[in-house]
Amino acid sequence: MESATVGFDQRIAAGVKIEPRDEMPEAYRKTLIRQISQHAHSEIVGQLPEGNWISRAPTLQRKAILLAKVQDEAGHGLYLYCAAETLGVARSELVADLLSGKAKYSSIFNYPTLSWADIGAIGWLVDGAAILNQIPLCRCSYGPYARAMVRICKEESFHQRQGFDILLKLCRGTTAQKDMAQDALNRWWWPSLMMFGPPDEQSSHSAQSMAWKIKLISNDGLRQKFIDQTVPQADFLGLRVPDDHLRWNEETGHYEYGPINWEEFQQVIRGNGPCNRDRLETRRRAHQQGAWVREALDAHAQKQTARG
Amino acid sequence: MNAAAEFCLRLGDSDLVLSQRLGEWCGHGPVLEEDLALTNVALDLLGQARLWLTLAGDLEAEAGGQHRTEDDLAFLRDAGQFRNLLLVEQPNGDYAQTMTRQYLFDAWHLPLLNALAAGGPERIAAIAAKAQKEAAYHLRRSRDWVVRLGDGTPESHRRMQTALDGLWPFTGEMFAADAVDNAVVPLTDLQTPWREEVSATLAVATLEIPASAWMQKGGKQGVHSEKLGHLLAEMQFLQRAYPGAQW
Amino acid sequence: MLFEVFIRSQHGVAHKHVGSLHAPDAALALDNARDVYTRRNEGTSIWVVPSSAITAGSPDDKQPLFEPAQSKIYRHPGFFPVPPEVKNL
Repeated sequence: MESATVGFDQRIAAGVKIEPRDEMPEAYRKTLIRQISQHAHSEIVGQLPEGNWISRAPTLQRKAILLAKVQDEAGHGLYLYCAAETLGVARSELVADLLSGKAKYSSIFNYPTLSWADIGAIGWLVDGAAILNQIPLCRCSYGPYARAMVRICKEESFHQRQGFDILLKLCRGTTAQKDMAQDALNRWWWPSLMMFGPPDEQSSHSAQSMAWKIKLISNDGLRQKFIDQTVPQADFLGLRVPDDHLRWNEETGHYEYGPINWEEFQQVIRGNGPCNRDRLETRRRAHQQGAWVREALDAHAQKQTARG
Repeated sequence: MNAAAEFCLRLGDSDLVLSQRLGEWCGHGPVLEEDLALTNVALDLLGQARLWLTLAGDLEAEAGGQHRTEDDLAFLRDAGQFRNLLLVEQPNGDYAQTMTRQYLFDAWHLPLLNALAAGGPERIAAIAAKAQKEAAYHLRRSRDWVVRLGDGTPESHRRMQTALDGLWPFTGEMFAADAVDNAVVPLTDLQTPWREEVSATLAVATLEIPASAWMQKGGKQGVHSEKLGHLLAEMQFLQRAYPGAQW
Repeated sequence: MLFEVFIRSQHGVAHKHVGSLHAPDAALALDNARDVYTRRNEGTSIWVVPSSAITAGSPDDKQPLFEPAQSKIYRHPGFFPVPPEVKNL
């Protein structure tokens, strides 16, 4: 038992990919299931804030682009549920945990999309943050997860660009449109920073996950990277980042930024964000209303099998 | 009135309105795989709508009218100027209604596109040729779903029959040819094959064709159900609230 | 039922495993595979196999296949012109 664990750790250290039928510590398997399914849930719930604007997209081209993006998110959720299933858990179990409120998903999707500019902000900031998180995961130790991430990353870069493109158009448009863009940045900036999770010293799962190469860069590291690359983009748009403490530090080569309201983050995680209830209720309703459809599919398939 | 432009508007509007309806399912489907599949259909139809509306705008301009873009047509006309079939503006309801509406539409759409691709005026034929493959896939899909749900459980069967009963009266309009249709394609020729396709599928699906022969009409002439106004109010909101803005 | 999906691209030599999906039977699995894994690319060959039918030997390296969506050009990051001054996008 002891040597099996050592062997496993050596494989990880050597950069060997762990595949579904390999021996693995139960804790590794459990952590992966939690992380992959949480990611999958985030994609599924993430369809909702953006889906909110499909019917109201301001041009046919924007409508098509948004439809494609939300569809990609469903696809990502699907790839990830399937990756999680290789670890011996059924999709139905994972979905049940989401709908019961037991499983977590990314805090960011508990915020409302109040204007078309929000759709731009989500693509630019939220997908931007997601990409930073996801690229390292393409090298993670578990094969099916790494491969799903490669596919997802390839699709994700279009998501970020379309968001930026939306805002660029708004910022070069009427005063009302520019105000719309600034208002969206004001509401989405801090929640986007919170996407990277609590500060490193408070993050409970980090150390072991990093040893197992499931987590490759620290929360604070990613957050800093995000701020450093995004602030110049905001400057280009002519938008003001809503942080009075934001300051470029020539010595460190990074931006200094203001304190994050971790109390808000904790409340949102706990279910008290603006949209938590709505999001889960929507998913529950979809699941319940779809029950008769799933039953019919099974019934028909069985009838066909019986008919030979 | 420019018959060819009007004809294109009819097709474009039907595709657009149906796409708008399908887009409402995004994130709410009964199965994750369906969120992807149905959105593909919505995207296909939206793409086709854009081609038809763009052509309609061009044809109007060539005939001396003001030039309207796909977006001008989609976002700045009121309900009375829309030319879609009544069938496609009916609400999604449950999945039985959505799939039945889709199937009845697809079974008409594919043969129409085939006829246009084979014998329609040049630019209309070109769009139809592009849309054919997508329409063939849509029909295969929706036909399959009608059978699965019609011959699934007693509940799915009941829901399908209810859906069929409710939507059947909107199918007559698809073949009610007027001068605009006649100028482009023999619409009435498509009715018998459509009836054969639909009868065959419904039989396999263990569903009954409704007895009543009374058909609703008016969509193609701009006389719609109460549903369209709400759909357009939502769809057109941003362009109406911020006139002249670029997006 | 869980199905594994294998795809051979138009210019590919062999089918490659791209992932899995749920469906009640093979027919719907095939349609879903098109919608999930190819976004309707023309000329791809798709195989779907019930996962239960697969017997695996020693851990083998299954490579994913990437199918950029040819017909929906806005899916490509390159569709959105990024001003040269903007970095990291």
